[in-house]
Amino acid sequence: MSTLVLVETDADGVAETSGEALTFARGLGDPVRALVIGELSEAVTSQLSDYGVEAVHHANGPAFETYAAAAWAAAVVAAARETDAGVVLASGTPRGMEAMAHSAVRLGASMAANTVEAVSRHPMVVNRQVLGGSVLEQMQVDGDIAVLTVAGHACEAVPADAPTTPAISTLEVEVPESDLIAKVVRTEPGEPDESGGLKAARVVVGGGRGTGGPDGFGDLTELAELLGGVVGVTRVVTSLGWRPHAEQVGQTGSRISPELYIPCGISGAIQHWAGCSSAKTILAINTEADAPMVTKAHYAVIGDLHEVLPAINEELRRRRG
Amino acid sequence: MTDVLVCLKRVPDAAGEITLSGDSMSIDARHVGYTVSAHEEAAVELAVQIADETGGSATAVSLGSGDAVEQLRNALAVGCSAAVLLEADAEAYGPADVAEALAAVVRDHAANGTTYDLLLLGNDAADSGDFQVPIRLAYALDRPVVTGISTVEIEGDHVTARGRGTEGPEIYEVPLPAVVAVMEGGVSPRYPSIRGRMKAKKVKIDQSEPSLQPAGNGRIKLVLPPAAPSKVEILGEGPEAATAVVDLLVRLGVAR
Repeated sequence: MSTLVLVETDADGVAETSGEALTFARGLGDPVRALVIGELSEAVTSQLSDYGVEAVHHANGPAFETYAAAAWAAAVVAAARETDAGVVLASGTPRGMEAMAHSAVRLGASMAANTVEAVSRHPMVVNRQVLGGSVLEQMQVDGDIAVLTVAGHACEAVPADAPTTPAISTLEVEVPESDLIAKVVRTEPGEPDESGGLKAARVVVGGGRGTGGPDGFGDLTELAELLGGVVGVTRVVTSLGWRPHAEQVGQTGSRISPELYIPCGISGAIQHWAGCSSAKTILAINTEADAPMVTKAHYAVIGDLHEVLPAINEELRRRRG
Repeated sequence: MTDVLVCLKRVPDAAGEITLSGDSMSIDARHVGYTVSAHEEAAVELAVQIADETGGSATAVSLGSGDAVEQLRNALAVGCSAAVLLEADAEAYGPADVAEALAAVVRDHAANGTTYDLLLLGNDAADSGDFQVPIRLAYALDRPVVTGISTVEIEGDHVTARGRGTEGPEIYEVPLPAVVAVMEGGVSPRYPSIRGRMKAKKVKIDQSEPSLQPAGNGRIKLVLPPAAPSKVEILGEGPEAATAVVDLLVRLGVAR
């Protein structure tokens, strides 16, 4: 019996979220095996060794040149059978969610999305996020194989106590034409997903209804620039058309985990909190001392953002000289 | 002429404070109200646009209690022309059950002469967040499926769907009939007009009960994460707090 993890990669190797999924998988106790689809770089192999992976199954070839969820699922199912997997999991990214849902159907398995912890292994009982993370559901995942996705930032990506020397093997996957019907036929360059910057930013300055309108973001933007950060906003702000949707932080926007989040004029509705609660430090600026965002924050300034932010920006510029 | 079926779920409005039912098996939303997810609002808007542009129709369907009629009427008020309620206790239905019940509606309507070329759903339900119904529905009907889609266009016998990838928009071209799971952000849902609301009231909603025995989703209980006691440190009030703020920014290593 093993735990199979679908590993996503990026320019730096194993994606941070997949590192979290691998750490979660180790906690289940069974040997962890990784499935990598597409290119397998040395950086990825070496990081998988650090994460304590016992074997790497590598699926590559024409069927995986552009993304098709069903083709990925074909690879997951092939790897699950080859590794006698008791648990198959991925990070709760768009690709991870989609590939796991396809795989669950094909494996005749139940799936638990956005898992935050395993309560027991036999039977497989997990706690997972529902209602945007404001409620946890304890769920029993019945069947021979449990399919899970691990909620982003539910655990930290931590290397194993000792690195392993994973056996690397090529996974033979037969991908029928029917699995390539729904595939990415092209990507459009020149219009990058601005929320990518939001997710990776060290500092995010947030704006809510309290900004007052589309013209109320000048001081926010300046503070973000002074701190090398980016602007994030609430759903109200994008619904009113004050800022583009790509900047939305929340249950239906981006989930961020910066070193510092500075929500300005944001009351802290659950929908928004779901997207920003992973920030390491929160400094709220709000006129209401009892706003949820203020009581949940680490630090707060009570006052009008249009008076407080110019003073902060001024002080930052003054110290820079 | 494209006939679209758009699927909705009546869910507690998460903007308010959440409490659980006495048995901790469901959310007690009596005091917070109900809504549909932002993704589903966008799906309804797309359905209505496609129906208008192609001279087809948009039908809304929901599996839930009799109260879900409210959400169906809202969809009718913004341009859907028909609505179907599968009356059932949604809490007892897992994602595989819901997909099977929806697939049965699609098959029944096809047998009666209405073939839905496009099935639109929200990417995930706002409450249960299972991320599976669109995909399980597609498998049940043997149709292609794409998820995380912000805009769709019908071009002849296929749908061009656009989603947000990490490196830019990703385009899918999928033959119809197809299933598309929508993410908010590509279209702005319209507000219902008075006339739309009046018209919606007159539409007879097709009500029936699903014929399947739901297996459920394995829920043992719901747990509210304990509210952490506030540990906030107030740095000051008004512009005078600027010095303390910048001291903190320096301490955190984000400013010099």
